[in-house]
Amino acid sequence: MPKVSMTVNGKAVSAEVEGRTLLVQLLRDQLGMTGTHVGCDTSQCGACVVHVDGRSVKACTMLASQAEGSQVTTIEGLAKDGKLHPMQEAFRDNHGLQCGFCTPGMIMSALELVKHKPNPSEHEVRDWLEGNLCRCTGYHNIVKSIQAGAAAMRGGK
Amino acid sequence: MYNFNYHRPSSVADAAKLLSSASEGKLLAGGQTLLPTIKQRLNKPSDLIDLGGIKDLNTVKVEGGKVVIGALTRHADVAGSDAVRKAIAALASLAGAIGDPAVRNRGTIGGSLANSDPAADYPAAVLGLGATIHTNSRTIAADDYFKGLFETALNPGEIITAVSFPVPEKAGYAKFPNPASRYAMVGVFVAKGPAGVRVAVTGAGACAFRQKAMEAALAKNWSAAALDGIKTSADELNSDIHGSAEYRAHLIGVMAKRAVAAAG
Ligand SMILES: Cc1cc2nc3c(=O)[nH]c(=O)nc-3n(C[C@H](O)[C@H](O)[C@H](O)COP(=O)(O)OP(=O)(O)OC[C@H]3O[C@@H](n4cnc5c(N)ncnc54)[C@H](O)[C@@H]3O)c2cc1C
Ligand code: FES
Ligand code: FES
Repeated sequence: MPKVSMTVNGKAVSAEVEGRTLLVQLLRDQLGMTGTHVGCDTSQCGACVVHVDGRSVKACTMLASQAEGSQVTTIEGLAKDGKLHPMQEAFRDNHGLQCGFCTPGMIMSALELVKHKPNPSEHEVRDWLEGNLCRCTGYHNIVKSIQAGAAAMRGGK
Repeated sequence: MYNFNYHRPSSVADAAKLLSSASEGKLLAGGQTLLPTIKQRLNKPSDLIDLGGIKDLNTVKVEGGKVVIGALTRHADVAGSDAVRKAIAALASLAGAIGDPAVRNRGTIGGSLANSDPAADYPAAVLGLGATIHTNSRTIAADDYFKGLFETALNPGEIITAVSFPVPEKAGYAKFPNPASRYAMVGVFVAKGPAGVRVAVTGAGACAFRQKAMEAALAKNWSAAALDGIKTSADELNSDIHGSAEYRAHLIGVMAKRAVAAAG
């Protein structure tokens, strides 16, 4: 079986995969990192969003082999020294999740938005979340959380 | 997903060789269309040849009155390119409204054109600007490229390497997105430039097509009002649960006017 090597959350990893192995399968089934979720497996819901070389991608729609040599960041890579990332903290403070299934993808998407727009308007947040579906919250508190998280990140908290 | 052999060549020539020696080979670009169709078993390749390892395919250049975009350029990179925005703002905006951010970070212009989904956005710009499609063996004019439902002028084994767009004087795009998928229910690209006055429609038919009566009207008088009363026949237009052929025919008029207004 072909071998792939990449960096996941700062650690070098390599694994044997099949041609068809998806990035999300490598992360969850082979590396045991189950923070990245699979909601639809049809590229619609965004529960599987991770960063590859700093950009958000749907890990259910990318082969593990396509990530060869890349820097991958998952939700597990955000907390530092036992302290949640400000965007994670903001979701908790603003009731931005109910069941929490969509949350890892929401947070990973939000972090790429904040890179482009450190102070996003409500409209910009809603527009950016086009590919992230939530069955619980009605989105309102997710938008609030992302704006609060962005503010905390600007403040360097 | 059924299994397949995965290859990652580093040149177009090697990709072509791998493709011709595979029993059921397929090129893989962004995978945003191909991987879902393999999952659904609509496609069962023996080999996937990933173009992602070929470095010089993802460049954007503006030179000699043309915007030249490498086949592997991601939608997000076209949308985010200052050079493209300055030369053809409508093209950058079109790319920025495809799908969602994660799709735009992976999907490529070459993959979109090779696939030629009837509701895809890029075909409208390619036809509306009179672009040229470069492959590993020839160049194809936009007018000769779109042949039908998911059907193009590409030969089996032919690889798109770049698309060059002549820089227009004016150009605008307006799309009525499907509320669920964000693909175009109807999208209209209008342009006035080196390739003449052109009106190209996507989403409404089997593939992108030109609306010649609107082109004639805009050539005489470049204004949204010039399109008043010009109807598109609903014969042969798409009809589905999202909208009837008559509804799409009506939308072509509305989107064409918005596109002209956007073009200024
Ligand atoms: C949720 C979602 C929403 C989307 N919304 C939109 C939308 O609103 N508008 C829109 O236009 N599109 C939309 N798309 C489609 C998206 O733009 C795809 O990226 C695009 O259609 C295919 O590009 P790709 O690079 O991903 O190609 P792939 O999926 O890798 O390949 C597609 C086909 O093209 C062939 N191919 C790829 N590159 C080449 C090449 N260089 N030469 C020859 N053949 C090649 C492949 O063999 C395959 O048959 C959406 C997709 C998803 C998943
Ligand atoms: S699981 Fe990947 S988009 Fe839904
Ligand atoms: S919190 Fe349950 S799906 Fe979003």
